[in-house]
Amino acid sequence: MHATSTVDAADESAATAKPTPDRRSWERAFADLRDGFTQRELWSHLGWQDIKQRYRRSVLGPLWITLSMGVTALGLGLLYSQLFDASIGTFLPYITTGFIVWQFMLGSLTEGTNTFIANEGLIKHLPAPLSVYVLRTLWRQTILFAHNMIIYFIVVTIFWGSLTKSGYVLTDAGIPQPGLGWSALLAIPGFAMLALNAGWVILLLGIVSTRFRDIPQVITSLINLMFFMTPIVWTTDILKSKFGESAGWRDLWVVELNPLYHFLQIVRAPLIGNEQSWHHWVIVAGIAVVGWSLALVVLRNYRSRVSYWV
Amino acid sequence: MTSIEVWNASVDFPIFDAKSRSLKKKVLGKVGGKIGTDSKVPVIEALHDITVSVHAGDRVGLVGHNGAGKSTLLRLLSGIYEPTRGSAKIQGRVAPVFDLGVGMDQEISGYENIMIRGLYLGMTRKQMEKRVDDIADFTELGDYLSMPLRTYSTGMRVRLALGVVTSIDPEILLLDEGIGAVDSRFLNKARDRLVDLVRRSGLLVFASHQDDLLLELCTSAIWMDEGHMRMQGSLRDVLKAYKGKDPFQNISPETAARLGIERPVSVKGGE
Ligand SMILES: Nc1ncnc2c1ncn2[C@@H]1O[C@H](COP(=O)(O)OP(=O)(O)OP(=O)(O)O)[C@@H](O)[C@H]1O
Ligand SMILES: [Mg+2]
Repeated sequence: MHATSTVDAADESAATAKPTPDRRSWERAFADLRDGFTQRELWSHLGWQDIKQRYRRSVLGPLWITLSMGVTALGLGLLYSQLFDASIGTFLPYITTGFIVWQFMLGSLTEGTNTFIANEGLIKHLPAPLSVYVLRTLWRQTILFAHNMIIYFIVVTIFWGSLTKSGYVLTDAGIPQPGLGWSALLAIPGFAMLALNAGWVILLLGIVSTRFRDIPQVITSLINLMFFMTPIVWTTDILKSKFGESAGWRDLWVVELNPLYHFLQIVRAPLIGNEQSWHHWVIVAGIAVVGWSLALVVLRNYRSRVSYWV
Repeated sequence: MTSIEVWNASVDFPIFDAKSRSLKKKVLGKVGGKIGTDSKVPVIEALHDITVSVHAGDRVGLVGHNGAGKSTLLRLLSGIYEPTRGSAKIQGRVAPVFDLGVGMDQEISGYENIMIRGLYLGMTRKQMEKRVDDIADFTELGDYLSMPLRTYSTGMRVRLALGVVTSIDPEILLLDEGIGAVDSRFLNKARDRLVDLVRRSGLLVFASHQDDLLLELCTSAIWMDEGHMRMQGSLRDVLKAYKGKDPFQNISPETAARLGIERPVSVKGGE
């Protein structure tokens, strides 16, 4: 990050001049976050407005979000359960849930890069903490997620029988799953963790992308690949059956090294009664700590530059 | 205590073209070492070494040619741009009216826009609900307030924006040109309200090219020239120096009486 090399070099020499707080202070970075949070009515309103605007004058309105997710889930579920010879009663919910969580991650990554660029007008005309725009994006993604979850509940209702049966397998010879039960509630802290991580991703990518306009392109060009690398339309059972019972993480590196897989698991596994593993939680918590530290450093150093860069 | 203090502040805009914005150059540039000057980002010095202090009760006008840095100075005073060099300290709640289009949604009603603008300015929904009637009264927009904003004329938008900022008891009011679009009757009304606001421990900074508006709203002035502060003083002195003629020369006696100035040059106004 040598973003402002020439401009900032000039900064430092003259920054000693007057007794006011430094532009690059932790105090002001945290104040930004705090003030952003307290303006809850503003960002929650803006998040909703974004969605309403998208569907203005359409008859179904935001229900289109739900509807298109339904169509996608049905299509993917039918196709892939045929391809993998899996029982549709459990494989369709698996794909649907995975795809819903994926949509949230996709949105946070791609729209995160545009957080400040898209709000250029507001940033230049109204003094507001940067975190307001981060929360606006995050809230919008959360609302979209909630709309998509309607499909999840429909699917679970339809396939209740197959999903609650203890010991069901997703694909042939896969590991037996415990089945849907009260442990589904773990999806709530799971999603909270996912959203917490989405927060730093949006903040960090948002600031970096305002300065380097290639970043959004990099993300969009990699994201399709990530979709196929992450077990959403396929299962880790397939990998395991390839390497046999003794498959360790070395054999499974394709998924274990993919951070998106761990985020996916902490939300998806409880929702469809799959086997859960604590190691996903550890990894995700670790990513949250590292990611937020990084994002806070960037916020501290470049917060005041964003209005110049947009 | 409401005040704005700025010390030796400069605002430099880095101008990134596609090349300097891209990562490619940064990454490849690392390999071969520095390639002389072309690694520099060109910079526009919009403001240069500005030192001002504005206090409660001040009504300051900003004058200067196009591109002199008036709008940029207003943004510096609002805290949107933090100075690249020097420092600024802003105490008080800021209510800017810069661009009337920004932060307004064309498709939703005037009432909803009043709400949103209020939220932007740090109010809560509840607080705004209490003020809506007052704003509706002041703007005289009547039934138009339930129409989408795209049906409004420019002046009607100005009325709405002014109605909101004056109703929320801001301490620091920053107005960029554009409020000239309202008719003279409404302007009188707005003027009374603005002056009243400033009297209740607020301050006003107003950039404009229209002498008559400046005379109505301001008492002192700053003349900006190519990013520098060329002159600071009473409105009359600054306008006289800027325009090369006494601004009070050809105003009507009634206006003069209302503004509280002696018309002929006999008595020098201000310090
Ligand atoms: N975002 C920006 N990026 C680059 N340069 C800018 C930016 N904003 C302003 N400038 C430059 O700063 C200078 C001052 O601009 P500013 O808008 O403050 O002028 P002004 O006094 O308001 O002019 P006008 O009377 O036309 O409104 C101009 O030279 C302009 O090119
Ligand atoms: Mg201007």
